[in-house]
Amino acid sequence: MALKSKEVGSFREAIADIPDGATIGFGGFAMPGVAFNLIKALLDQGAKRLTLVGNTTGGAQVPRMPDMGMLVENGQVAKVICAFTAATRPTDVLPFTKYYESGECDAELVPQGTLAERLRAAGAGIPAFYTPTAVGTELAQGRETRVFNGREYLLEHALPLDYAFIRARRSDTFGNLQFHRAQRNFNPVMATAARVTVVEVDEPVLPLGAIDPDQVHCSGIFVHRVVQVPPEPEGLWPTRRQERRR
Amino acid sequence: MSDAVKGLTRQQMADRMAFEFRDGWIVNLGVGIPTMCSNTDLGDVDFIYHSENGIIGYGPVAPVGEEDLNLVNAGGQNVTMKPGGSVVHHADSFAIIRGGHIDATVMGAYEVSMGGDFANWKLKGQKGGGIGGAMDLAACAKRVFIILEHVTRRNEPRLVEKCALPITARGVVTLISTNYGLFEPTGTGFLLREIAPGLTVDEIRATTGGVLTVADDLKPVKLAG
Repeated sequence: MALKSKEVGSFREAIADIPDGATIGFGGFAMPGVAFNLIKALLDQGAKRLTLVGNTTGGAQVPRMPDMGMLVENGQVAKVICAFTAATRPTDVLPFTKYYESGECDAELVPQGTLAERLRAAGAGIPAFYTPTAVGTELAQGRETRVFNGREYLLEHALPLDYAFIRARRSDTFGNLQFHRAQRNFNPVMATAARVTVVEVDEPVLPLGAIDPDQVHCSGIFVHRVVQVPPEPEGLWPTRRQERRR
Repeated sequence: MSDAVKGLTRQQMADRMAFEFRDGWIVNLGVGIPTMCSNTDLGDVDFIYHSENGIIGYGPVAPVGEEDLNLVNAGGQNVTMKPGGSVVHHADSFAIIRGGHIDATVMGAYEVSMGGDFANWKLKGQKGGGIGGAMDLAACAKRVFIILEHVTRRNEPRLVEKCALPITARGVVTLISTNYGLFEPTGTGFLLREIAPGLTVDEIRATTGGVLTVADDLKPVKLAG
């Protein structure tokens, strides 16, 4: 019996079952690897009280593409877990900040490496781990630390996801993925952490055997649904970044 | 802030820090002035740039029209790859950091203390902040170098006895490049090792928090060219 294809015909169909209250991880870092089309579909789908996990809520780059912040602005989000709830430059203001400061949306700020490792741990069956990151900072206040070999470490817990939205260069029908350059970032880790991983791919989905097993960056065992991104303007693609005004 | 401030330009501050890099080092540059370290001509000294998003061995920013829109550094710039470069996922990228494989990380900061603490993720009165990879890099890189302007816009010191803002990491900073000179936090003060042209020790002491000591062999800041 042949393996059943995971290809789905539309973004809408691929995310139709997401319920209110779900926890969704968003891969991507800056433009590369962000599932713009799935985010756009989720804005239309309308699930509410969501918990969103990703590097940043977004909105600092011009032109602005679909990001976690837009779901917050659309009233769909209870909480975000990310490495940036404010921009790195004090002069930039993230659209999210307003919703956080007013209490409309909660946030948990996590160092980027801790975020990646919490996701990795969730996918790898490890409930918690110790890291030297954030020891001695405000983030560690009141939390468990432990000394190993004379150095203090902070306890961090795994972060499992209900869904992950990621983008890849190519996929076969089983969901074996290849990324191009910086598309990879959080994406394979998000895929391992999620119960359901939905992937948007740049190229037409390939038959089984078309990707050399040695060249698979994320095994299809972590992938559940694959949708091909149509050409512009129907599909959304990374754009050239415009320099921000200073 | 513009280059019109006293002492060194932003590029000169970055150049001075880049002169510390040694052949074969793995270096992570933060956004802002630290990124300008990549403009410094270091001759035959060759090293590898690591970016938090798993891009290892990136090169200069791509010429307009030749960008690969799926290739960026941590600052979101469309960079190029150098021969010998590689790509890993985010968890492995931070395994490189936490595992102690980064020889030097260069970051900006709002404040640095005499004890080598620094603050760069949260402003006073702000709810939340922008940590990114700074706490991982600060806790785990072999060397933490900070580049910052010596005083705030209100002429208040950024080199301080104790950080007033929430810190990024405790006791990790080994070297500081400002527009006024090159400093080392010693635990009990700041050691001025090199002084910028046009500045006096008295001027620097007046605009530095905590204790300022002066190296016996105080030199002018090493400049490019």
